[in-house]
Amino acid sequence: MAADNTIKLHYDVPNDDFTRAGEASSDLKGKLKQMGISPDAIRKVSIALYEGEINMVIHANGGYIDAEISENGLKLVLCDTGPGINDIVQATQAGFSTALEQTRMLGFGAGMGLPNMLQNTDDMIIDSIVGVGTTITMFIKM
Amino acid sequence: MENFYHSIYLDKELCKGCLNCIKRCPTQAIRVRNGKAVINNKFCIDCGECIRICPHYAKLAKRDTLEILDKFEYTVALPAPSLYTQFNNIKDINLILNALLGLGFDDVFEVSAAAELVSEATIKYIAEHKEQWPIISSACPSIVRLVRVRFPNLIEHLLPIKAPIEIAAEIALKKVTEKTGLPRNKIGLIFITPCPAKVTYSKEPLGIEKSEIDGVLAIKDIYPLLLEALKDTVKEYEDSPMPELSESGKIGIGWSVSGGEANGIVSDNYLAADGISNVIKVLENLEDERFSGLNFIELNACAGGCVGGVLTVENPYIAQTKNKRLKKYLPVKVSSFNNRATTVYSEDVDFDWNKEIVYEPVFRIGNNVIEGINNLNSVEKIVESFPGLDCGSCGAPTCRALAEDIVRGEASDTACIYIFKEYFNFLTLQLSTLTHNMSDASDAGNSIANLEQSLTSFFNKDAAPPEKEEKEEKKEKK
Repeated sequence: MAADNTIKLHYDVPNDDFTRAGEASSDLKGKLKQMGISPDAIRKVSIALYEGEINMVIHANGGYIDAEISENGLKLVLCDTGPGINDIVQATQAGFSTALEQTRMLGFGAGMGLPNMLQNTDDMIIDSIVGVGTTITMFIKM
Repeated sequence: MENFYHSIYLDKELCKGCLNCIKRCPTQAIRVRNGKAVINNKFCIDCGECIRICPHYAKLAKRDTLEILDKFEYTVALPAPSLYTQFNNIKDINLILNALLGLGFDDVFEVSAAAELVSEATIKYIAEHKEQWPIISSACPSIVRLVRVRFPNLIEHLLPIKAPIEIAAEIALKKVTEKTGLPRNKIGLIFITPCPAKVTYSKEPLGIEKSEIDGVLAIKDIYPLLLEALKDTVKEYEDSPMPELSESGKIGIGWSVSGGEANGIVSDNYLAADGISNVIKVLENLEDERFSGLNFIELNACAGGCVGGVLTVENPYIAQTKNKRLKKYLPVKVSSFNNRATTVYSEDVDFDWNKEIVYEPVFRIGNNVIEGINNLNSVEKIVESFPGLDCGSCGAPTCRALAEDIVRGEASDTACIYIFKEYFNFLTLQLSTLTHNMSDASDAGNSIANLEQSLTSFFNKDAAPPEKEEKEEKKEKK
């Protein structure tokens, strides 16, 4: 059981299943509304988390998401064992993408994932080792 | 909280307490309690899905009867364009409009004529409000109500322009007032509706203070009478030309089918979705800002558009075909032709909404964030104890919905038949232990106390468990 006045939610992100990508952000969004989190914070969470979720599916063979929510804010940990990010500075620039042509054909891989996540979070830590995986921790204040 | 009037209601006599409606309701507004359906007024958006699915015809929609015409000195029929698609072999809309006069109306003014003006106002609004893109259509009252309770971040995207039925009523009122000089209360503006959501709108509209609609008749109610009136009208004008009452073109008539409203704004960057579950998916995606480059979103709660309303008669897809045939020889739009009543009387009509729509967080499970977090923790814990079958036997649509009801204090976990079965088995086991121990007098006392305790906590589950007494009993045992 989580500590008082906080809630922890866990989501598994399946590998390579575009139809299911977005389920975690959608589920979390519904629960945040039930908890009475402000619409503005919900907007940021749903955009940032959806981008992160899609990234995990496109680039990193899936992974998991841990969300921790208290009245002060949200902490979202997105963890994968994918290829890792070679150049983090480059990856956070708008328009940069390593997505395959096939993925772009589906309308993904426009290079806005990480920039959008940065824009919609109050703090974001990217922890990545090439060949090992990536963990992104996002903080969104209430 | 305000504006939670509903046109949809339950006939308790007819309700058998089956699970069809609780499963179909898109906002999980219905529970079966004590063998009857109960609609949660705050969750309900009057979409009519429960009316569609109820096999016992126990879900009904409030509306007026033709007798309402007697209440006024001068009455105007305001037919929804979906009415035109309900008949076979009618190529001229004027025939339907003249038949409406045959039912006893003094005048008729088409909602589709007003719709063409709303299309023009929409084009202008979209061009002038790029920061609000995509603009979400607000003509379907169920969609506006859905956004109000579930999509707070999309309220600002709603098109703040009155729906065609309101513009039609306002134009008709101006025309009749000028023509007859009658005071407002002697004039009856009667809308002919395909759905219950517009009945709700007429009583408690969102976006405006008050609607000018004085009464609402259902298409399906007047349908048989109109069939007779149509025959009479054909006879009446066998030798003379029929009065031309219609002022609608392709755009106005097109509003009754999904994609019709979007067609009226002449843009390629639109999306049109129909059917309430599809609409919810689109709204979810819009909230995540998944679509870019769109300027207009048309949403209809009913599959097929307004022709799919639960108060219509014709199959919505046949109605769509008929809609195409009706439009075939019509001009693109008619209402802006100079000498038309639509143009003349619409000049000083205000098209804009005049009341803000406020987010109503009805789905919250706590009075503040801390309470919400703790309650959601409880919900998650209870959900884990449930079988996850979403069978509906408890009267809630899903296991999670029951867990939420329990946390809100509206249900007990023994409503779940699987939990109930576990308790039952546990009691049976204790009872058999008791019978077994009856031969040994010293153990019998303990078994009876245990059984008594189990029974007390089981049957008092709804109320607070009598913890003190239980503790005392334990002490006694020791």
